[in-house]
Amino acid sequence: MTSSTLIKSFERAKEDNRAALLTYTVGGDPDKKTSLHIFKSIAESGADIIECGLGHGANIGDGGAIQDSTYRALSGGIKTDDIFEIIEDFKKDYETDVIIMTYQNKIMAYGEEDFLKKCVSSKVSGIICVDWPWPLNLDFAKKCKENNIVFIQLLCPTTNEERLKSILNDAHEVVYYISMLSTTGQKLKVSSDEIKKRFDLIKKISPDKKCIIGFGITADTINDFKDTDACVVGSALCREITRSIDDELNPATNVGNMVSDLKQKLSS
Amino acid sequence: MKLEKGIPLIDQHDENGYWGGKFGGNQIAESLIYPVEELTREFEKLRNDETFITERDYYFKNFVGAPTPFIKLENLTKHLGGAQIYCKLVSKATGGAHKAYNAVVHSLICKRLGKTYIGGDTGAGYAGKMLSMAAAKFNLKCKIFMGAKDVERQSINVFSMRSYGAEVVPVNSGSQTLVDAVSECMRWWTSENEEAHMCVGSTVGPTIFVKICAWSTAQISREMKKQVIDEFGEVPKDMKLINCVGGGSSAAGFWNEWIDYDNVELIGVEAGGPEGSLKHAAPLTNDSPIGVLHGATQYVIQDDQGEIEETDSISAGLDYPGVSPLHCFLKETGRARYTSASDEEAIEAFQLVSKNEGFVSPSLEPSHAFAEAIKIAPKLSKDTIIVVDSCGDSAKDSKIIAERLGYKI
Repeated sequence: MTSSTLIKSFERAKEDNRAALLTYTVGGDPDKKTSLHIFKSIAESGADIIECGLGHGANIGDGGAIQDSTYRALSGGIKTDDIFEIIEDFKKDYETDVIIMTYQNKIMAYGEEDFLKKCVSSKVSGIICVDWPWPLNLDFAKKCKENNIVFIQLLCPTTNEERLKSILNDAHEVVYYISMLSTTGQKLKVSSDEIKKRFDLIKKISPDKKCIIGFGITADTINDFKDTDACVVGSALCREITRSIDDELNPATNVGNMVSDLKQKLSS
Repeated sequence: MKLEKGIPLIDQHDENGYWGGKFGGNQIAESLIYPVEELTREFEKLRNDETFITERDYYFKNFVGAPTPFIKLENLTKHLGGAQIYCKLVSKATGGAHKAYNAVVHSLICKRLGKTYIGGDTGAGYAGKMLSMAAAKFNLKCKIFMGAKDVERQSINVFSMRSYGAEVVPVNSGSQTLVDAVSECMRWWTSENEEAHMCVGSTVGPTIFVKICAWSTAQISREMKKQVIDEFGEVPKDMKLINCVGGGSSAAGFWNEWIDYDNVELIGVEAGGPEGSLKHAAPLTNDSPIGVLHGATQYVIQDDQGEIEETDSISAGLDYPGVSPLHCFLKETGRARYTSASDEEAIEAFQLVSKNEGFVSPSLEPSHAFAEAIKIAPKLSKDTIIVVDSCGDSAKDSKIIAERLGYKI
């Protein structure tokens, strides 16, 4: 079952005494072929789970670096089907779990049922939808579950305790904690200790659920989260793609090197 | 989908914020849930608070200049023949458009929330101009997000905003117009909501912003109702209220008090774009697909991938790919009729109205509404009363109109 593979990725990392490493890059950035190479390079460099952005131009949660990536992909003509093809091709050779991160209008435009069918056939393990908050997402989350896809609920510093409990009660086996109030890629404006305090609260309420920590994590701070379940690095990788393109270097190699470094920092 | 009588339009949504169970809502990131709930609680409290209402009315009257005139356009009526044409001259409000109402209310709410920083989006620049004006008056630090293309074409309003001390942030992403300005403003608020308040410049965005804006612009129809009764002694048996619709804030306010009057026809005019072009900013007229934009479900101009498509209109204030959930609801219930006017028709309407009336010189946004009035008036009898909301003054568009007409200024 697809969902259990996702949990296994977390468990394998735990056996290594570290948090799982998630990467975020925008699918199709800068083009379909390079994007697939980037995913393969990320997997070979030791990432545990790959978050693949299905970018949306009118997004309301992406910071500058991810917006640049999204713009490159979309202006290159990348369509939702291309993203599914990239994932399907990737999954032919790699076991690494892939999660799609997107916005509601992308799913609506594709059609919920068709979107889920495609997720199943291309072996997507989970979905994060930035602008589809609890409880509005519960019907869709249920459909995800029926297809063995984990719908990942989002939590943040201002989610009050009552709401937190309700969301966790309805959540599937994995949740995502947005570590600070910001768009992606901004400087970490809360301390690692404060983030871990919230993480502990989430784990106290739902010990069985895996909690991904995202937003503002870089090579400098990633080791602070070693003992949590999982953390995401995204904007730094998107920036590396931009830099590689600007300098006419190979983005797959450079992103891979960056992921190896992050993995090492998380493991030490 | 059904409209209820006796209940304000802004309150006819369900517990999740959807009008007709379908339009609007709060499709926002988890990080915006708390500030949206906080604002919702505060607004529901304030709208029932007499001291707040007194304060609002004081500023509406003494600073915005309510009531704005309600006048008969004698020359235009005579020129066209047919229906009698009246005009609600909202462009006489301070700042030259209806946006001052929403700006004042949001600034007052910002203060009640104990916040000292306010940010907002703008298209034509009116919303930004009025918000910076109000922010200066109420000692609030102010940041305005504006598409880079709009910064260029509405430079007069940008100058005003900067004079009032606001920081104007040109938004370079996407089409560099209002849609991108709203996205960027919402991103900013996601980061800054603990300290700052956000003002959405029209009846779009998450439900509470639609409500606050329409509640504010409702001043237009509240005062007009009295003016209509003063003029005719009663509500005319056949009255048509014509208003341009971009985001829809002006029309929502112009129609608010008349929703329950079946003999009052509501006509919304969207931006049809250049003649012969496939691009437009008229999602209601052209049955664009339903989608989610800026936190709300609405008709929105988009491609089959769910990507928001570029709109095109000579009028920056109507150049928005989505439309208020209130108007989606009014369309779906059949209460209002929506149509569009092209760039060319708007320019012609501007010329005809200005030439005939002098005191009334509509900006390009209400010129779209006048275009529809000009189209239908000759076919109607003199017993029909047409009222056009002239919600903006042409001064800000002088450069565009002059260029279009071949004048050098």
